[in-house]
Amino acid sequence: MENLLTRLRQVNPLRWQLGLIALAVLLPLPLGNYYRSVLWRTGLYIMLGLSLNIIVGYAGLFQLGHAAFYALGAYTAALLNLYLDVPLLLTLPASIIVAALFGYLITRPILHLQGDYLCIVTIAFGEVVRLVLVNNLFGITGGANGLSGIDRPALFGLDWRQPIYHYYLMLIFLVITIFIVQRLEHSRLGRAWMYVREDEVAAEAMGVDTTRVKLLAFVLGSGWAGLVGALYAGKITVISPDMSKFMESVIMFCIVVLGGTGSIPGIFVGTLGMITLPELFRPLKAWRDAWLGFAMVTMMILRPEGLWPSRRVRLEMRGAKEVSLPTPAMDD
Amino acid sequence: MQFIQQLINGLTIGAFYSLVALGYTMVYGVLKLINFSHGDLFMWGAYLGLTGLNVLLALLPQAGAWAILPVVIIVMTTVALVGVLVERVAYRPLRTAGRLAPVISALGVAFILESLARNIYGASWKTYPTGITPTGRIALGGDARVSVMQIVVLAISFLIMGALYLFVQRTRTGTAMRAVSLDHDISRLMGIDVDRIIAIVFVIGPGLGGVAGMIVALYYGSFDFTLGWTFGLKAFIAAIMGGIGNIPGAMLGGMILGIIETLGAGYISPQWKDVIAYVILIIILIFRPTGLLGERMAEKL
Repeated sequence: MENLLTRLRQVNPLRWQLGLIALAVLLPLPLGNYYRSVLWRTGLYIMLGLSLNIIVGYAGLFQLGHAAFYALGAYTAALLNLYLDVPLLLTLPASIIVAALFGYLITRPILHLQGDYLCIVTIAFGEVVRLVLVNNLFGITGGANGLSGIDRPALFGLDWRQPIYHYYLMLIFLVITIFIVQRLEHSRLGRAWMYVREDEVAAEAMGVDTTRVKLLAFVLGSGWAGLVGALYAGKITVISPDMSKFMESVIMFCIVVLGGTGSIPGIFVGTLGMITLPELFRPLKAWRDAWLGFAMVTMMILRPEGLWPSRRVRLEMRGAKEVSLPTPAMDD
Repeated sequence: MQFIQQLINGLTIGAFYSLVALGYTMVYGVLKLINFSHGDLFMWGAYLGLTGLNVLLALLPQAGAWAILPVVIIVMTTVALVGVLVERVAYRPLRTAGRLAPVISALGVAFILESLARNIYGASWKTYPTGITPTGRIALGGDARVSVMQIVVLAISFLIMGALYLFVQRTRTGTAMRAVSLDHDISRLMGIDVDRIIAIVFVIGPGLGGVAGMIVALYYGSFDFTLGWTFGLKAFIAAIMGGIGNIPGAMLGGMILGIIETLGAGYISPQWKDVIAYVILIIILIFRPTGLLGERMAEKL
C-alpha cells in the first residue's frame, strides 16, 4: 500500500490531473438528472470548501459564518438580475466583489481578536446577514421567502433547465478554483498564511504583515464564496435567507476540517462525507443527522488530522515518524 | 414605567442565558473548547423535564408545583451523566489533537443529540403541563409588574450562580478547577487529578444547563427541538460578551444580553432585537477584544 502510494506520487501530476478532469466530464453522462444535480451540488460545496479552506486551512482563522458570503453573492446576482436585468453570468464579477467587500469590511475591525472571539464574531455576522435578509431591509430582498424567478445563465442557446449544463459550468469554475488555490498555496502569500497559522508572533517577527495577510485570506475566501452563491442562484432560481443559516456555515466548516485542513483532496473527501453521502441517504432522513454526527465524532477520534490531510498538518499531529515520501536511506 | 417592566423581563431572560452560558464558559475554561453540544444538552433538560413531569403528574395528580422538585433533580442528574459521557467518549481522546478536531467532535455530538430529540419527541412544539407553576403578579407602582414566576426564576438563578461562584473561589475542588484552567501539565505536577476535575466540570456545566432547560420550558410553557441551537447560540454569545472562561463574566454577559434584547424589542423593533444584540456584541469585542471581564491574554512568545 505504502509502496503503491509512493509510486503514484512519481507519476507526472499533469497526467493524473487530466485523467481526473476527463473522469469528471464523463461521470454525469450515464446518470439521471437527480444524480447530475447531486454531482453539481457536490462540486458547489467543494468550491465553498476550497474558499473556506483559504481562511481556515491556510491562514488558520476560525470562520463559522462563511455561508453569509455565499448568501451575499447569491443575493447580489439575484438583485442585479431581477431589478436591472443583468444576465446572470455577467453578475458573477459583481457577486465576487460584493462578497469580498463585505469580507473586508467585517473583518477589518476584528482581525486583532484571538481565535474563539473571532469565531463568534463571524457567527454573529452570519446571523446578522440572515436576519437582515429576513427582515427585508430596503424592501428589496423579499423577506423570509427570498427571491424567485432569477434567470438561468444564457449561453450558447442551450436548454439551461437541464442540470447537466450547470454541472459543466460548475466544473469549469471548479477547475479554475483548484488551479488558483493551488497556485496560492505555493505562493509567497500562501507560505505567509501558513506561517501565520503556525506561529503568528514568529511570523510577525520575520516581517510578515500579519494583518494584511489575514485580511487577504478573508477577502479572497469570501469573494470566492460569493461566486459560488451566484452559481447556485443561477441553477435553483429561488434563493432564501436560509442560505446564511448557521447550519450551512457549520457544514462548510466540517467539510474543511473533516477532510483535512489545508488539503485540496481533503476538501473533496469532506464534501463527499458531509454533502454527497447524506444526500444519497435521504431516504433515511430521520436518523441521517444522528449518523452524520456519529461519523464526525468517530472520524475525529480515529483521524484527528482529517481523512486526507496535507502532509504538513499530518506531520505536525502525528510526529515525524510517518514520513511516506521516498527518503534516501538514513543512518540507523 | 415601561422601562422598568422591560428591565425586569430582560433580567429574567438574562438569567436563563447566564445559566446556560456558565456551562460554555466552564468547559472553555478547562478545555479551551467551544462545547457546541452544550445547547443540545440544555434542550434535553427541557425534554426530560417534560417527560418527568408528565409521568409524575400521572402517578400523583395532586402533586401540583411540588412535582417540579424531584423532576429537577432527576433531570439534573441525567443531563450531567450525559455530559460526563460526552466528555469521556467524544472529547477526552482529542485533548492533544489541536483546536479544530474537538470542535468538529462537539458539533457531531450536537447533531446526534438534536437528531435523537427530534426522533424521540417529534418535530412539533411541546407544551408543559399547565397549572403547576406559580401564577400571580405583584405591582411595582406605575404599570410595572413582576410575576411570581419571574421572582422565583431570578431567585433560583442568583442562588445557583452565587453558590457556583463560592464553590469555584472557596473550595479545594474549585481552586483545582482554576488551576486546571491555567495549565494542565503544571496542575498535574501539583497533584491535581486533571481528568477528575474536567469530569466535575462536565457534571456542573451540563447539570446547570439541564436545569436551565427545564426552567426555560416552564417559563415559556412550550418549546421545540430548535431550542438547543437558537438559545444555545445566544448563551454562547453571552459567554463571549462577558469574557469566555470567566464565571462572573458569563453571568454579567447573560444579563446584559437579556436586557439589550428586551429593550431592543420594546423600543426599536422585535424583528431587529437579535440584530441589535449581535451588533452590540461585535462593538463590545472591537473595543474589548476579550470580552467585558476577560483577562488580557498574554501573547505566546
